[in-house]
Amino acid sequence: MHLRIAVMLMLDLDTSRAGPIVPVMPSEEGKKVSQENTELSQQTVWMLAVRDNRDSEAFAALFDFFAPRLKAFIMRSGLSAHQSEEIVQDVMLTVWRKAAMFDPHRAQVSAWIYQIARNRQIDILRRERRPMPEELHEEPGSEADASQILALEQEARRLKAALGQLRPDQREIIEKAYMGELTHQEISQQTGLPLGTIKSRIRLGLDRLRHELRELKS
Amino acid sequence: MKAISHHVPDAMLAAYAAGSLPYPFALVIASHVSLCIECRAALEAHQGIGGALLESAETVAVSDGLKADILARLDAPYTPEPVHRRKGALPGPVMSALKGREPRWKSLGMGVRQDILHAGKEGSVRLLYIPPGQAVPDHSHNGLELTLVLQGSFSDATGRFGVGDLEIADEDLEHTPVADPGDACICLAATDAPLRFRAIVPRLLQPLFRI
Repeated sequence: MHLRIAVMLMLDLDTSRAGPIVPVMPSEEGKKVSQENTELSQQTVWMLAVRDNRDSEAFAALFDFFAPRLKAFIMRSGLSAHQSEEIVQDVMLTVWRKAAMFDPHRAQVSAWIYQIARNRQIDILRRERRPMPEELHEEPGSEADASQILALEQEARRLKAALGQLRPDQREIIEKAYMGELTHQEISQQTGLPLGTIKSRIRLGLDRLRHELRELKS
Repeated sequence: MKAISHHVPDAMLAAYAAGSLPYPFALVIASHVSLCIECRAALEAHQGIGGALLESAETVAVSDGLKADILARLDAPYTPEPVHRRKGALPGPVMSALKGREPRWKSLGMGVRQDILHAGKEGSVRLLYIPPGQAVPDHSHNGLELTLVLQGSFSDATGRFGVGDLEIADEDLEHTPVADPGDACICLAATDAPLRFRAIVPRLLQPLFRI
């Protein structure tokens, strides 16, 4: 844990003194927060405060941002508002309980929460445990790397920009694919179209992720 | 150990990230990713796309009391899910499917053994144990078959598959995988349809062994 505190100091992000956190509203303002390349996104700051300081105010801020998105996201799969809220609750509780697993070198908060949400939905819809890869663990003595965290954030911003440039019909297909509404065969058949557009973005990020993963072992 | 040279195609990783794969295939992909840095990085990139979509998703307001409810429950006691870690040649997801037990091998003849981990209408997934030099009976497929090598290696008309390698066989491939000399070959094999054997005897045995 002390390594993590060290990285927080390197980034000049002493969350214990950050004071009341202004929640980002789900509007254009929210997007502006992450424009600065040398700063962590607001969500990452909140998530690190939850992970390292068990900060419930930061958790409340994450809830305000993600819960309404998760609800809309889950309702797409045909569940009622009530059922969807139960899943939102499960997902957000998991975010709190498994915060120690969050690794900003490898994942954006949104990517991490996306994966938790899909797991929970599948567990409930299919009444079976979704098989998950074995977790990787940091090797003792591995240093937290601020430049890697920032590089991933930058990559994620570019990815979002690339997604934002898709035509509405392309965007629709991508959304369907990642919300579990297409089969593997359907995704294979669609590969030529919008997946190709964003694939180069994924590839650029991949080199960094690979490097990061090699430092870890299961 | 030789580097893994047969990986998961991108569309299949995307489907896994989205949770669209049936259980038997998802177990094989989770196991491959447990062994393969390349595919883990690619999977995490796909999860990044999912996350980006979630961030920019439309919103539906949640009920008034929801946040207070959840904040009140944050530190309530709970029982974490058991985590099964790698044991010998068997990666974590396989150990989870086994619920931590040892494989219960059943003979298929000629020294070949299996343990069916799951069989349902979406397909089946099993561990196969093939002695060195032994062939898996000649078969073709009605659907898709994924085979992940966990120990030893096998070869067939399409090439050689070592630890961590994933073979993807569809209806067009009629193949006879043969375990290479050395260690016995242990594979995790998933199908979304029953295999078809060419020889008449294995076909008669098929319902018996649920291959």
